[in-house]
Amino acid sequence: MTRTDTPEPLSGADWQYSPAPERFRPEIDAEYGLFIDGEFKEPRSGKMFDTINPATGDRLARIAEAGEDDVDAAMAAARAAAPRWAKTKGTERGKYLFRLARRLQECARELAVLETMDGGKPIKESRDVDLPLVAQHFFYHAGWADKLRWAFGGREPRPRGVCGQIIPWNFPLMMAAWKLAPALACGNTVVLKPAETTSLTALHMARLIQEIDLPPGVVNIVTGAGDTGRLVATHPAVRKVAFTGSTAVGRRIMEELAPREIPLTLELGGKSANIVFADAAIEQAVEGVVSGIWFNQGHVCCAGSRLLVEESILEPFVAALRERMAQLRVGDPLDKNTDVGAINSKAQLDRIRTLVGEGQAEGAILHDMQSTPLPEKGWWFPPCFFTGVQPSHSVAREEIFGPVLSVMSFRTPDEAVRRANATPYGLAAGVWTDKGSKVFEIARRMDAGVVWCNTYNQFDACSPFGGVKESGFGREGGLHGLRGYVR
Amino acid sequence: MSRLEVVKTGKLWIGGKWPRSESGQTFAVEDNKGNVIARYALASRKDARDAVEAARVGLPAWRDATAMMRGQILYRAAEMLESRASEFCDVLIDGGMQRAAARREVDASIDRMVMLAGWCDKIHQVLGCQNSVAGPYHNFTVPQSCGVAVVFSPPTPPLLGLVTLLGSTLLMGNSVVAVVPREASMVAVLLGEVLAVSDVPNGAVNLLTGDLLPLIEPLGGHREVAVFVAAGLAKSQRTKLRVAAADGIRRVHCVPWTGAAWEDNDETCSPWFLEQFVEFKTLWHPAAC
Repeated sequence: MTRTDTPEPLSGADWQYSPAPERFRPEIDAEYGLFIDGEFKEPRSGKMFDTINPATGDRLARIAEAGEDDVDAAMAAARAAAPRWAKTKGTERGKYLFRLARRLQECARELAVLETMDGGKPIKESRDVDLPLVAQHFFYHAGWADKLRWAFGGREPRPRGVCGQIIPWNFPLMMAAWKLAPALACGNTVVLKPAETTSLTALHMARLIQEIDLPPGVVNIVTGAGDTGRLVATHPAVRKVAFTGSTAVGRRIMEELAPREIPLTLELGGKSANIVFADAAIEQAVEGVVSGIWFNQGHVCCAGSRLLVEESILEPFVAALRERMAQLRVGDPLDKNTDVGAINSKAQLDRIRTLVGEGQAEGAILHDMQSTPLPEKGWWFPPCFFTGVQPSHSVAREEIFGPVLSVMSFRTPDEAVRRANATPYGLAAGVWTDKGSKVFEIARRMDAGVVWCNTYNQFDACSPFGGVKESGFGREGGLHGLRGYVR
Repeated sequence: MSRLEVVKTGKLWIGGKWPRSESGQTFAVEDNKGNVIARYALASRKDARDAVEAARVGLPAWRDATAMMRGQILYRAAEMLESRASEFCDVLIDGGMQRAAARREVDASIDRMVMLAGWCDKIHQVLGCQNSVAGPYHNFTVPQSCGVAVVFSPPTPPLLGLVTLLGSTLLMGNSVVAVVPREASMVAVLLGEVLAVSDVPNGAVNLLTGDLLPLIEPLGGHREVAVFVAAGLAKSQRTKLRVAAADGIRRVHCVPWTGAAWEDNDETCSPWFLEQFVEFKTLWHPAAC
């Protein structure tokens, strides 16, 4: 058979997929209260706010906005529950977490669909990435609860007390798991504040927390926006603060807590570099770059948003990337074939548009999916990338937190390292080369807390995650993630 | 006929050189009878910035030296300390310490340096690990140098405090700027002279003597500094340092020890103290063929 006998593969918009909608619909209440002391409570603030499906713009439910009295009540419950929970035998604490992990697995479909409806991420991601990692996080940490003394040789670790935890909207339930699991395993009690656009899955998990008979007050969930978060972070009852979100807010929290001697974990922004050498396995590298930037609409703190390609392969690499981008399916997040879902909020969409506009104004060349039809309602921004990017351009410096990649080139390994590290951030980096010695040397020289070598955006409960420089400090996951929750 | 004594002016140690302060100012050190026995350079904000720059330049040579080499150099520093032990004792006594106490502090400082030197090529094994992820990947977490560390050393114990904080930050390959209060300046400069003949690369250690307070903000807000270690700072000074460091999301670690707690090797050389001066890096690589 000669090559001409083979039909040209369909690509991009030519390839038609039948709709493959996820049919399961979770029950969503009209209103959700605050989860305090084991019960759902009306907010004393008297305020409610809407949570919106970003793929339709429709309201899903009304959520309580916790005010000062509400946060006080949650803190009082957490403080009251702390001594008994700290004294509960590690094996028993672990068994509660094992039970929760099981219940999360049993409710995985409901929670995955809910996550997608509330946040806009594709169902195949919430189903195949978020929920499995959520359950794994509880399983992993459940097993630590009775082994902590072996985790800290020569020490008898004790819990810190009440933890104030504030999480973002990009991986809502996963971030809740990353925060809750180590805190609870180490014997702390928690007041958790989800992001205001994505509270639903945490509140549904609160029901599971009721079902597994976790003692009241051990986990409290207060919903609301930045003001509520500030109340949680600065509350006098708090003995540990963990925050995941923007560097700007992280900085404010650090300043506000400066007079207090309490430990802080900050998981902040990033502008991570993905470095592709000419000797890399190019097709795999293209896939790695795709998942590095377009996974979860680019709403990923460790997104590989700066692509550094060795100059000798820049042209073919960009061509391959353009072709691959054209094959991405953008649209209904509940469709099982969707690769890129809805932008989480109007505010985020505006920010992405502003920064992409700046990129164009500064002279970078935009490559986008021109022919992709987008749903009429909701918030959408199709994947794109810039070439002709200078290091001084805002698209090369600022965290966009959207499906926007900046492509640059380099000539020598030293230049690649220098350019990759030339950012105030230091969350993650990617290195693509088939040469083992080069992998180790470049990885060693990256100013980053996580380095993915010949892969990207991999996560695991036992793998410590966190950044250096302005991407924050402290680690989450793994042995090193326990350290913030003991003294 | 009596001989006129030659009095040494204590200078700063920056980038392997011994400059006087850019400020042109000195402070007097008195013995316990109130007699001025020496004058030391009063470090200015400009000196502090110069020291950070020197530490940045000096970092690669120290960080990229093998762990065994760093251990050898720190052990060499202990050897040099031992050979000048009586001089260190005299300086501590001049500062008002009883002879027995001075001797004990010098001995403890030498032993502390030996203990820390031995950590250089072992700490990675205690603090790092392999992570058994649920997939076909090699995944491991390794401690690495943070970069430039700034140490605010305590007035007491003057030698043991500085040796402990310098050794702890150096052993992981950080370069250091130590800010030493007036009370500890004499012994700090002597320690600098010891380190200078121990093959410590230029700029890996830099010493500023004088007053901590005016240097907290310029150092705290300096983006070339990765980590701060504060001993002997009052609460309001620690707050000031944290506020300054928040701008660059820099790490601030406060050392809780006072008095005899500094003598406890198990605490001061514990990996759970030392891990504050490393950054953890987690590496993933697929395992497949």
